Amino acid sequence: MTKKGMKSVVWGALLAAASGLYSGIVAAQSQFNLQTPQTPIAQKIFDLHTLITWICVIIFVGVFGVMFWAVFKHRKAAGHKAAQFHENTVVELVWTIVPFFILIAIAFPATRTVIEMKDTSDPDVTIKATGYQWKWGYDYLTGEGQGVSFFSTLSTPREQIEGTAPKGENYLLEVDNPVVVPVGKKVRILTTAQDVIHAWWVPALGAKQDAIPGFIRDTWFRAEKVGTYRGQCAELCGKDHGFMPIVVEVVPEEQYKAWVAQQKTKQAAGAGAGAVADGKGVYERVCQACHATGVAGAPKTGDKAAWAPRIAQGNDKLYEHSLKGFKAMPAKGGAPDLPDAQIKAAVDHMLAASK
Amino acid sequence: MEAAHAHGHAGEHAHHPSGIMRWVTTTNHKDIGTMYLWFSFTMFIVGGIMALIIRTELFQPGLQIIEPDRFNAMTTYHGLIMVFGAIMPAFVGFANWLIPMQIGAPDMAFPRMNNWSFWLLPPAALLLVAAQFVPGGGAGVGWTMYAPLTVQAPMSMDLTIFAVHILGMSSIMGSINIITTLLNMRAPGMTLFKMPLFCWTWLITAYLLVAVMPVLAGAVTMILTDRHFGTHFFNAAGGGDPVLYQHIFWFFGHPEVYIIAIPAFGVISQVIPAFSRKPLFGYTSMVYATASIAVLSFLVWAHHMYTVGMPTEAQLYFMYATMLIAVPTGVKVFNWVATMWKGSLTFETPMLFAIGFLFLFTMGGFSGLVLSITPVDIQLHDTYYVVAHFHYVMVAGALFSAFAGIYFWLPKWTGRMYNETLGKWHFWLSLVFFNVTFFVQHFLGLAGMPRRIPDYALQFADFNKISSIGAWGFGLAQLLFLYIVVKTITSGEKAADRQWEGADSLEWTHLPSPAPYHSFETPPVIK
Repeated sequence: MTKKGMKSVVWGALLAAASGLYSGIVAAQSQFNLQTPQTPIAQKIFDLHTLITWICVIIFVGVFGVMFWAVFKHRKAAGHKAAQFHENTVVELVWTIVPFFILIAIAFPATRTVIEMKDTSDPDVTIKATGYQWKWGYDYLTGEGQGVSFFSTLSTPREQIEGTAPKGENYLLEVDNPVVVPVGKKVRILTTAQDVIHAWWVPALGAKQDAIPGFIRDTWFRAEKVGTYRGQCAELCGKDHGFMPIVVEVVPEEQYKAWVAQQKTKQAAGAGAGAVADGKGVYERVCQACHATGVAGAPKTGDKAAWAPRIAQGNDKLYEHSLKGFKAMPAKGGAPDLPDAQIKAAVDHMLAASK
Repeated sequence: MEAAHAHGHAGEHAHHPSGIMRWVTTTNHKDIGTMYLWFSFTMFIVGGIMALIIRTELFQPGLQIIEPDRFNAMTTYHGLIMVFGAIMPAFVGFANWLIPMQIGAPDMAFPRMNNWSFWLLPPAALLLVAAQFVPGGGAGVGWTMYAPLTVQAPMSMDLTIFAVHILGMSSIMGSINIITTLLNMRAPGMTLFKMPLFCWTWLITAYLLVAVMPVLAGAVTMILTDRHFGTHFFNAAGGGDPVLYQHIFWFFGHPEVYIIAIPAFGVISQVIPAFSRKPLFGYTSMVYATASIAVLSFLVWAHHMYTVGMPTEAQLYFMYATMLIAVPTGVKVFNWVATMWKGSLTFETPMLFAIGFLFLFTMGGFSGLVLSITPVDIQLHDTYYVVAHFHYVMVAGALFSAFAGIYFWLPKWTGRMYNETLGKWHFWLSLVFFNVTFFVQHFLGLAGMPRRIPDYALQFADFNKISSIGAWGFGLAQLLFLYIVVKTITSGEKAADRQWEGADSLEWTHLPSPAPYHSFETPPVIK
């Protein structure tokens, strides 16, 4: 190598080291590894990952130790003359067979874990998670909670996403109605979807399962510690794929029972957890896309002049337009699975702001 | 070489149109190879701009520069354009330039079809770019185009499907040409097992392409008919199955990974021996390893689908089959290292890129091994760990080897030498910024950041910031590459006929630099 060439190598190496150091310092505050496992399965996944990563590191160091030895010792610049050997059956057999046995060694624990993960039999609680564009619906199918049913939607305010308000601690990982499950119990999650494929994923619980429209799949977890565990949809499902988180609250048995009782009372009163009329929330999620800016002739919220003649038509007329659609406005503002009460609440919200 | 000179001169006097028509009507493998390479670079810039839009949006949490719909379209078309528009055409460009010269043939077997397979590419590329500007904008469905999301996508999806059809036709014709050339037009004495390894890798790749491109065409056609003609291939309500699409797509998609990687292996297998001044350690075992990787690539598709809920037995089978690929891949890496061992190494730019390839591709291979383990993959599926993994294989693998190949053969193609200092700068900048961009993405994936999201939770902020800085650095470094290539063509120093003393294939030993317009009208004699 020329002197100039050597200089550029040194510069490059320095640059690489500096950038590595910088990433290291910044990263010291972040996480380098899988999330702390909270279930036996997540723990096994964690251990498998650690095992394989170390095997890879050892082989990597071995192979590239040899290569860099050659790079430094067998350089033409160092006066090394090329040997002309090639083809060696013994060596080639060894480096074919040895990796094969290493792979077999990895395959054993991996196989055991696969079988365990697939065993969804005898659950204590079964919950159906349905993916919608873009929220999750939950139906408790067995256990004390049987019959409990609600939607779970991102609760991070729009202002935080758009940067007009400071972001909260659980930015994008918070929902209005979390899934509540008892600690130490085997929870089976059935997944399906309404529209496109979604995936139900909570990393700390070691559970990820695609939710496929028209089909039911399942996964399971047994959380060992009380706590709140957060995950996200893991399959691209359209515009707001990044905005449909999953929050699982693992609570003690008694608290779970109390929660179930509370849910059932609410549902009996005609309003499940997800069905509490939330005009402002619905407005932010559905209506404001057009009504905040006046797209396609939509009257802008707060524009009193635009609203006055409409308000004069009476609330019933406005409810009807919002539910069935009117001119460019789709039925229910394009959110057909929202209950009527929610849409009406959103209309009320807009009217209140525009009178 | 004398023969080539005498006839090459006569060839240049043939009634060739000049100006733009020369390029439109050309049937010359070198012209077509050049067009493939420039087309590839253009698409590399287009796809690269999309990547920078993605990384700029992800620089910090919150939505800043692009709506979620457009963001999804950017990830989709970045992937499609880089795979089908940049990397595949780059290696077809290499094949066109090199295969006839390396086997002692005058041109490709079907020169007119060769012209047609190139000229199909620009319209397809236009469709992909135009898809961004039709009503509804680009389809935000991911480059994998999973149903049923693609069934509800805007009309840009139809443009995209049509583009995929055209690109597929182009690839199939290119492959037929390559297979026929390699099997029928070798110079006397050039047996299959005397071919340079680059030719071998393309022979194997071309068979893969012919086998799987129709499968992809079938998959996207089914989406098209589901969208417009009332079929229900992927609609459960009509008796279809969304997962069927994934099986078909990945039956194409996994071999596709090797369609991209195997020619890269070929380039590296030419460059490393040349700068080690030593023959490839195990030529035959390299051929067999490549062939077995190709065969295995048809048997592992569902390892992209561990989370769809396959039966236990299927998950185990696909895990074992996938792990097995590590064996022939290991053989290749060991072979390259053994080739360098006790060589007489020099580190010109092509060799630097080859070593960079070896180092980083192996890292991509190892993260692939981590992902082959079903339970670990289920945790990491659709996270940034996967994004990091395939960029190590695609960028540090295929792209670095393409750079190695360009610097290696540029003197032969242009007759001029590139600037070695600038070339080294290009390498080191690419190497550093590549790692800054993608290494941290492993951590993001492990910590639980899903891919294909325009905004993310606060714990992912630091690594995303680093990654975005790296992406801009990497992108800008490629402008240096453009400058180097243009400067070589316009004002590089005269290159020697055998610019690299360790290079021993026919284009170096039997042809001048630049290679004449028609090489080997009389076949060379191979001993």
